[in-house]
Amino acid sequence: MAIIRVEHLTHHYSPGTPFEKTAIDDVSLEIEEGELVGVIGHTGSGKSTLIQHLNGLLKPDSGKVYINNTDIFESKETLQKIRFQVGLVFQYPEYQLFEETVYKDIAFGPTNMGLNPLQIREAVERAVSAVEIPSSMLEKSPFELSGGQKRRVAIAGVIAMNPRVLILDEPTAGLDPKGRDTILALIQKYHQQEHNTVLLVSHSMEDVAKYATKVLVMNRSQLYAYEDVDSIFTRAAEIEKIGLSVPQITKVFHQLAELGYPVNSNTYRIQEASEQLLRLLKKKGEQEC
Amino acid sequence: MKKLIQFKQVSFEYNHESEEEEPVAVLHDITLSIKEGDFVAVLGHNGSGKSTLAKHINAILQPTEGVVWVDGIDTSKEELVFEIRQQVGMVFQNPDNQLVATVVEEDVAFALENLGVESTEIRERVDAALQQVGMYEFREHSPHQLSGGQKQRVAIAGILAMQPKCIVLDEPTAMLDPQGRREVLKTLLSLNREKGTTVVFITHFMDEAVQANRVVVVDGGQIIADDTPKAVFSDVEQLKKVGLDVPQVTELAYELRKAGIDFPNGILSVEECVAELQKALGG
Repeated sequence: MAIIRVEHLTHHYSPGTPFEKTAIDDVSLEIEEGELVGVIGHTGSGKSTLIQHLNGLLKPDSGKVYINNTDIFESKETLQKIRFQVGLVFQYPEYQLFEETVYKDIAFGPTNMGLNPLQIREAVERAVSAVEIPSSMLEKSPFELSGGQKRRVAIAGVIAMNPRVLILDEPTAGLDPKGRDTILALIQKYHQQEHNTVLLVSHSMEDVAKYATKVLVMNRSQLYAYEDVDSIFTRAAEIEKIGLSVPQITKVFHQLAELGYPVNSNTYRIQEASEQLLRLLKKKGEQEC
Repeated sequence: MKKLIQFKQVSFEYNHESEEEEPVAVLHDITLSIKEGDFVAVLGHNGSGKSTLAKHINAILQPTEGVVWVDGIDTSKEELVFEIRQQVGMVFQNPDNQLVATVVEEDVAFALENLGVESTEIRERVDAALQQVGMYEFREHSPHQLSGGQKQRVAIAGILAMQPKCIVLDEPTAMLDPQGRREVLKTLLSLNREKGTTVVFITHFMDEAVQANRVVVVDGGQIIADDTPKAVFSDVEQLKKVGLDVPQVTELAYELRKAGIDFPNGILSVEECVAELQKALGG
């Protein structure tokens, strides 16, 4: 079942002024429940504008957005409910922490949902365990934490609402490689445990290739591609042409395939790459014997 | 080439003179020299001490023990701090925190005006700096209309206008998109190659680090590697141990070697990797 359905969505910024800009141009899309979607595109391609429509932060100029078969702009009440079902984590979310304690900050969403104190405590505990923040930190001020911990607390604040769709806008921006791997692994684990739908905006094709099941590519306000990670890199040359980078491994395997070696040109993980090469090298060794 | 920056047995502690708080040791016994014209990438995970190291180069911080010389000046001499800062400019991570004026060219002129440089010379230096970073046509724009990469290039122009010998950049690309990252790196490489400006470049992106002519890896406040990119990236295991990345092709080469294949170490580019695989696979 499609959890997210977008039909002919169009959005302009500053309509009717000389600065009018089409940010989303007639995008239609269906995302099945349970996918982990990597969202890729240049700055200005429309990817942030698109995701802000999915929980009703922006209203389409034309077209419809359905979450779980409900038109999210149907009524004010619906929109309010949608905000709890579609959680959005902005870039640098740690700048938005504001409460006195980590606990209160994470409890903010569940409290607004009208849960009772017991349910709130459960929601907070589930969320901190998902982002692996020790419960000893719950009574600390968020401002005593390290940058990476703050970011995880901010993500926990959205997870605590138990959204059916979780959208994260560049959750690894500004982190070092270790911090990046930690956050992405936590998101992947959370996705696998909850079987919910996760959209992950990223500039890194290598991260998307490593963690996502689907790739959504935006280009010049339009939907350029929405397909399986396994098939997207067969179009590597095309993707490079629109200015996005593909993993180094994919480039190597495309070149090897062009040179006539019997390799799968759609290879993007180091593990698969080395397995294929080892097989080839072994075969060559046997022939020479 | 002349040694421009020298660290001799430098250690640094935060709260060194505080009575209430415990001292926190950040750098231990660092000895390092950087020649004029070097392009040095500094790698290390968050908290490794690399930013603290960088801040010693333009005398924002002074060593607790040991000495730092910049162009022959001991950075602990307070009266000479301004001379040091004219030789070494610093660019930081956040493009939104560094621009002060409402017009690009005024921002670039800011330091020169404070130094009392004559106005015709300011004009010349500002124009030249903006041309070097490819932002001359934006000179009358407001900084808030620029992209992150463009803002960082304006920040670099502000440093260049001071005509320094060295630029130190602390993760200038961390908050940029891929295009902005490419713009900034291209600007730095051309400054280094065409003008001979010494560049000390802190980054988490390995594809950027491989373009330096020297890579210094900092971990636990100490330098654990200091060599060409090829040599440093050969030691995949050590880099991973200290929480750093290696380029995918470097890791692939490492995996093949681990499986017993005779394959060269320190492969950094797709082209090199394909060429070596062709050799190994024959045909």
